[in-house]
Amino acid sequence: MAGKVATKPRSVLIVGVGGQGVIMMSKVLALVCQRHGLQVKQSEVHGMAKRGGGVFSHIRYGETVSSPTIPKGEADVLLAMEWSEGLRWLDFLRRDGGAFIADTKRIVPPFAFRSRKYGSQPIYSPEAPREVMEMVGSGFALDATKIAAELGEPRAANTVLLGVLSTTLEFSADDWREVIAQNVPAKAQEANRLAFEAGRDWADASRASTMEDRLRELPGRDELAAEIAPKSVQFEITGEWCKGCDICVKMCPERCLRLNDEQIAELANPEACTGCRICEWLCPDFAIRVHRVPVLEPVA
Amino acid sequence: MDAKVQTKTSKGHDDAEREGLDQAGIRPMIGNEAIARGAWEAGVRVAAAYPGTPSTEIMEFLGTYPAGDSHVQWSTNEKVSLDVAIGGSFAGVRSITAMKHVGLNVASDALMSQAYIGVNGGLVLVVCDDPGIHSSQNEQDTRMFARFAQVPVLEPADAQEALDYTRRAFDISEEFDTPVILRSTTRLSHTRSPVKTRPRTDVEPRGFNEDTVKNVIIPAHARMAHPRVLAREVKLQEFFASPEFTRWEEGSTEIGIITASTAYSYVKEVLPEASVLKLAASYPMAIDRVREFYEAMDRVLVIEELEPVIETAMNAAGMPVEGKAFFPRDGEFSPEVVREGLRKAGIIEGAEEQVPFPVTPTARPPVLCSGCPHITSYMAVRSVNARVAGDIGCYTLAAVDPLRAIDTCVSMGSSIGNAVGFAKAGLETRPIIATIGDSTFLHGGIPALIDAVYNNANITVMILDNHIVAMTGGQDHPGTGKTLRGEETHRVVFEDMVRACGVKWVRKVDSYDMASLYQALREAIEHKGVSVVISDRPCVLDPVKLKGSPMQVAAAGCTACQSCMNLGCPSLGWSEEVLDGYHKVRIDETTCIGCSLCAQICPSDCIRPVVN
Repeated sequence: MAGKVATKPRSVLIVGVGGQGVIMMSKVLALVCQRHGLQVKQSEVHGMAKRGGGVFSHIRYGETVSSPTIPKGEADVLLAMEWSEGLRWLDFLRRDGGAFIADTKRIVPPFAFRSRKYGSQPIYSPEAPREVMEMVGSGFALDATKIAAELGEPRAANTVLLGVLSTTLEFSADDWREVIAQNVPAKAQEANRLAFEAGRDWADASRASTMEDRLRELPGRDELAAEIAPKSVQFEITGEWCKGCDICVKMCPERCLRLNDEQIAELANPEACTGCRICEWLCPDFAIRVHRVPVLEPVA
Repeated sequence: MDAKVQTKTSKGHDDAEREGLDQAGIRPMIGNEAIARGAWEAGVRVAAAYPGTPSTEIMEFLGTYPAGDSHVQWSTNEKVSLDVAIGGSFAGVRSITAMKHVGLNVASDALMSQAYIGVNGGLVLVVCDDPGIHSSQNEQDTRMFARFAQVPVLEPADAQEALDYTRRAFDISEEFDTPVILRSTTRLSHTRSPVKTRPRTDVEPRGFNEDTVKNVIIPAHARMAHPRVLAREVKLQEFFASPEFTRWEEGSTEIGIITASTAYSYVKEVLPEASVLKLAASYPMAIDRVREFYEAMDRVLVIEELEPVIETAMNAAGMPVEGKAFFPRDGEFSPEVVREGLRKAGIIEGAEEQVPFPVTPTARPPVLCSGCPHITSYMAVRSVNARVAGDIGCYTLAAVDPLRAIDTCVSMGSSIGNAVGFAKAGLETRPIIATIGDSTFLHGGIPALIDAVYNNANITVMILDNHIVAMTGGQDHPGTGKTLRGEETHRVVFEDMVRACGVKWVRKVDSYDMASLYQALREAIEHKGVSVVISDRPCVLDPVKLKGSPMQVAAAGCTACQSCMNLGCPSLGWSEEVLDGYHKVRIDETTCIGCSLCAQICPSDCIRPVVN
């Protein structure tokens, strides 16, 4: 081995959200590689990842493979099963012609809804498929679930993506067909066969069209929701009516109320108050009023 | 799809099954499977572990081999599992235990003694480090522990070596009369690559060694043992000089790299032309061989993940060497990290910095599952405005938005002791609560609970009993009534156990019964002294993935108060519909399991089951 420089392995990065089947997809690719006697390393991380977090799997194959992980900027293919996860790993893609295969499906995490202030919008990547594909320059963005649903089996979306993936790698279509057939239960054979061919056909058709046409078909940025004028919250309590029953304090979703020394409710943490009005509705003595007051722009 | 091992554990010893297993072949395996295979091939007879990422699958895979070949068990904690393996070694059979790096802290008391005692049957500890802290509380380097305990540590770089080194670890253990640590890392444990397997070697049991001077570590015996340990270190240094364990890969003599473990694979990726000395053991290091390499090279760099173990040993041996000046002591290595270090060292040209794509990925931290019973437990904890000591498990996720219900988290079982300290400090005016999972309680919570009762601490302990070790993917424990191989066994009754510790106020509540849980917690806090609430509901993922008919929001009734969003349930999200500046809520029916927690919390009573 002295001094010998190994031929560079090929690298495929498959990413998605826990439960989408990232590991299953990797397994299919690894099996295809093994049919050709190639060395394959497939690396993933277990543990917290499955709790709704992002999941990734590095697959590298070739005559010899050293690092189990793909160096940044060296993935030949980045296959994203969820739109924003694809964006997260985009820098791993080879800049000189690496293929970005992205399902445009969006899985919006609970974290996106964490601000519950007046006028808040979900926090999800604003970049739309059209602008990202234009930026990356090579690859495919598709709604695999829709393609699979048109075949009558939305659950075969992953196999549609495998069909697209198969057109970007050097293995024959039959290699893929056979491995998929071996790894799919009997009753799902036909649906997955169709889904695989649909993925291939879609990719071929996409290649046949011009970049401009392809971009035109992709979704652009969402129309921005109409700007909502900000409002501030004012908490008003009629002290004489409050009997210190503590209901509002205990039920406040943001835990921003407390009883003061005189056992009267007060807003202890105005920053946290979202103005949801639960305290107003729950107060048995009508002692609380929540006002949402427009914030006036200073006049220039 | 998750990484969980299919729990098809083998209960018998079928000749046909054995024949199939014995067939040599090449199969893709993750590192943990290869370690299990190596142990089985080495003829292991006793195996015990407490689950811990990234080590868990080792014992699960061992459990798929015939029961007639090896006894395989979950233990209550890592120290017990090591003691069980030590017992197997005393009895004269090859024995193994597996744990995550911080598990070795728990097991270290036994290890430090056993390092002096040595072995009878081969004794191997598999310890899986977690560089990069993918799923742990720190990134301590087990090689430091090996040096401290003066036991050899083998560091495989890929799955094939994981299998080979595990096999050899038993030979080394018996030949040199020492426990052996096999150190994996998250990357190795969870990377799948082809592995050549061989048949099992059935090792003849040695029988108990009736040598009291060796087996009983009292001061007089320990004083005799310590010189043996020191002599063993020297012998092992010589032994590890063989090409099997210290591999010299010839390349350019301008630059020589000394490396070990998965760092080796990154070196080969980034600098294939260099001469490489790949060590299988950082301790005891084959110092003479290292010196030969050192002297043959114009310049030598040490590339090792985490602590500078090799580098420090070389410097101490009069070989000034560079390493951590260029490569970080924290975080996981990767080809990029190694490349950057080599660039800093002036060995490779700095690649042009790639401008990142201007995109904004969505933050997607891990969350508790839809219908997770921990959600209500922490909603109740929030409602009493308490000072809360947390513990290790999925439920540590309650520390972050939106539950924000945990103030501290230290190590397995720490919560109860921490709560005692809060109380005894005498400053806290709020109620003091310790929250701890079922398996964590059995692992390290019981002595602390006895301590709390003994010292009459005014605290409330909430045991979050979800009937499984959930965080590591659903393993059995003494509270599930099932063994690793799925056999029925005694099931710990938590109420009885808590009462036996001397607790006078105990109540078990269904985690899904929110009103009763709130009520129980308030009463528990009123009780002066130690009170225990057992919040009881099986995990929604394991052993059975639960799915009931989903709930839905009657949008007309939703006031967009978003009280339900405080649950942090991943099935809850915002609908497009906005009411006076606030989004109304919708429920994802494909993921909702119908636990009804959101319906119980909804002030406007607009969440109902889907009626078909």
